[in-house]
Amino acid sequence: MDFKLTDEQNILKDSVTKFVADRYELESRRGYLREENGFSADNWQQFAELGWLSVPFSEELGGFGGSAVDLMVLMEELGKGLVVEPYLATVLLFGGALAEGTNKELKTSVIPEIIEGNVQGALAFHERDSRFCMHDVATTAEKNANGYVLNGQKTVVYNGMAADKFIVSARTSGARRDESGVSLFIVDASSNGLSRAGFTMMDGQRVANVSLSDVSVSNDQLVSDLDDGLAVLNALSNNALVALAAEAQGAMQVLYESTVEYSKTREQFSVPIGSFQVLQHRMVDMFGACELHRSLLYRAVCSVDEDSANRDPVDVAKNLHALKTSVGRAGKQIGAESIQIHGGMGMTDELAVGHYVKRLMMINTCLGDADYHQRCFAALANA
Amino acid sequence: MDTNFSAEDLAFRQQVEQFYDDNFDDDLVSRLLDRRQFRDAIIEWQQRLFRQGWVAPGWPEEYGGTGWTLTQKFIFEDVRASKGAPDVIPFGLIMVGPVIYTFGNDEQKERFLPRILNSEDWWCQGYSEPGAGSDLAALQTKAERDGDDYVVNGAKIWTTYAQYADWIFCLVRTSNEGKKQEGISFLLIDMKSPGITVNPIPTIDGVHSLNEVQFDNVRVPAANLIGEENKGWTYAKALLQHERTSIAGVGDSKKKLATIREQAGREQSNGAPMIEDPMFSARLAGIEIDLMALEYLELRSLASAADGKGPGTESSLLKLRGTEIRQALDELHMDLAGYYAGTELGEQLASELGHDFADRARNSYMYGRAATIFGGSNEVQRNITAKYVLGL
Ligand SMILES: Cc1cc2nc3c(=O)[nH]c(=O)nc-3n(C[C@H](O)[C@H](O)[C@H](O)COP(=O)(O)OP(=O)(O)OC[C@H]3O[C@@H](n4cnc5c(N)ncnc54)[C@H](O)[C@@H]3O)c2cc1C
Repeated sequence: MDFKLTDEQNILKDSVTKFVADRYELESRRGYLREENGFSADNWQQFAELGWLSVPFSEELGGFGGSAVDLMVLMEELGKGLVVEPYLATVLLFGGALAEGTNKELKTSVIPEIIEGNVQGALAFHERDSRFCMHDVATTAEKNANGYVLNGQKTVVYNGMAADKFIVSARTSGARRDESGVSLFIVDASSNGLSRAGFTMMDGQRVANVSLSDVSVSNDQLVSDLDDGLAVLNALSNNALVALAAEAQGAMQVLYESTVEYSKTREQFSVPIGSFQVLQHRMVDMFGACELHRSLLYRAVCSVDEDSANRDPVDVAKNLHALKTSVGRAGKQIGAESIQIHGGMGMTDELAVGHYVKRLMMINTCLGDADYHQRCFAALANA
Repeated sequence: MDTNFSAEDLAFRQQVEQFYDDNFDDDLVSRLLDRRQFRDAIIEWQQRLFRQGWVAPGWPEEYGGTGWTLTQKFIFEDVRASKGAPDVIPFGLIMVGPVIYTFGNDEQKERFLPRILNSEDWWCQGYSEPGAGSDLAALQTKAERDGDDYVVNGAKIWTTYAQYADWIFCLVRTSNEGKKQEGISFLLIDMKSPGITVNPIPTIDGVHSLNEVQFDNVRVPAANLIGEENKGWTYAKALLQHERTSIAGVGDSKKKLATIREQAGREQSNGAPMIEDPMFSARLAGIEIDLMALEYLELRSLASAADGKGPGTESSLLKLRGTEIRQALDELHMDLAGYYAGTELGEQLASELGHDFADRARNSYMYGRAATIFGGSNEVQRNITAKYVLGL
């Protein structure tokens, strides 16, 4: 039993901490958000140089071959800094689809480009009525002599405006909500028939609605096995869940610590508000929620990193559902309390508090919210 | 004990509904929702209510009130909320108006009340200061007598809609002797006075409502003092009571609950509407049950007020539960929007996004965090209830 980080992991952690300290003052962050794609291209190059873009990819693809713990360490620090660069979208969703996919050519050609920082990607898997069900796919891919023709509407595509390439889920067979019959295709943003409209979310990130109208793709643009895209989506989403939960951990930690700090300095009735017992108890509960979330996080990463002989897939799945449930529940609790205890100051855009709260709210809705994962957990636990 | 409505009450309800159908039109609704047109639209709406004689049901008839029974007032509020109409801007009609007709002199009543009733003057509330929030009596903005004027120096913060305001009612310090509550006066200040600066405070909901108001040697005629010097705290406390009872928001929460239920019948999850999702519908039902209790708490409170017992000890409870229910609804609404939740449309249209309520759910969730902070925070309300109701 050992929950300590290795020397290598500590070095990784320190490098992210330093980056955040150097480049992520709240004012600098506002500046990045004002850039065309809502993040800094400069920072992205730094990510590449520091080797962070390679963390989850295997060594044979030029990656670092990182474990879930490595990814956790990286994401938690990015979460503390409220970093806006699209690590999740490009590396974990888009890159994850390639890595978990079955197209060797694409892996060897595109993943090194991701690692170099040369390509921005996005996974287009949401549709208007699909909610959190990844196999509810109305977008169609119809077979023709040269390959496939894609038609449909993808919505709220993370990093969809900056993306050079998309990976799109589309139905190659079966009915709209069948688990089988979903396939993944890689599509250039400049393809004929593809258009996009950008929107901004409360955490500042840019998303796109992507419209596909008779977009032609060849057979070698198929990322997954035919009809078996769901397996890839499930696999990549498991990795991304850990990352999101670690990012949320970082955000919660900052919120809880800065709230405690504020309560020591803000005075009303001639005493620090931190001396009021009701606030003390609530901050104890914030601290508790933070520590319990970290515990579920460690539980999940340990089970994911278990070598395949000892790995119990049901146990892993339950741990991940529990973890993402906690992201939503603890995130909302800590977020709401942070604003409340800051009083009017908590409502201001000037303080970082509100920005962390918004990011936590967005993380909750990404890849299934707390209620969704609690339901999935129940189904497994009761089975 | 019974809560049946008489035939006259039902006829009254019909009359009110008819008024809304005739006057609360779609064009007005869309202008109210557009932040750039909001100010003019809400003034126009209040003026329609004024022309009907219904803008100040809470006021005594002699000053322009309606003379309605308690039940009629309840029906009026219920219809307003069910039609999705906004409450009137409270600062003039709900807050300072009652202070002026209760504690002001005849000249002040004549000068200010008509312009409050017909919405010619927009008022804002200058109480809080950077160092005086929950501990309001610690306020430091100073008013010093100089001939026929007071000279005001200091800063107010969190002043809602100061950017639109013609007048601000302020609590100012006129004495440093004795208890800090005893050196406070209630002063009406023309926002056009030289020496006033209004600085916007950007907020997490993205809509400009809050401001800081600075006073730099602002000269205010002593004729604008309400009541006696150093008695302002008493007047303000009377007003706070007013603010608190109307804060339960039962009607608005009922409307929001119905809206969420309707939208959950359309939002899909795995091929079925969200309302059929057991977890979602159980959460919705849980909030509805809380709201049913709150509604009757409010009715009981109104009934005891009608018996002349004044807004009683329940008023803190109404605020506490009312705001918590509102926040639970906001949270459920965000959750219903799934990954669309959190969209900030800005100038873009909901139709371009393809989702009709996500942006509004986000705005309401974020602004709604303040419901448990302003008007006396929920912690402070619990302190008051513990002390004055439980005797602790
Ligand atoms: C959106 C918004 C609109 C507003 N509009 C106006 C306006 O128009 N005019 C105006 O004058 N003011 C306005 N206010 C100010 C509002 O009344 C104050 O924010 C409120 O009184 C709280 O004061 P504060 O912000 O200084 O928080 P603080 O008093 O610093 O409180 C911080 C935290 O400490 C808690 N706390 C404080 N004292 C105690 C205690 N004794 N025991 C336990 N907990 C305690 C509070 O509950 C809160 O959680 C507005 C505020 C907001 C957020």
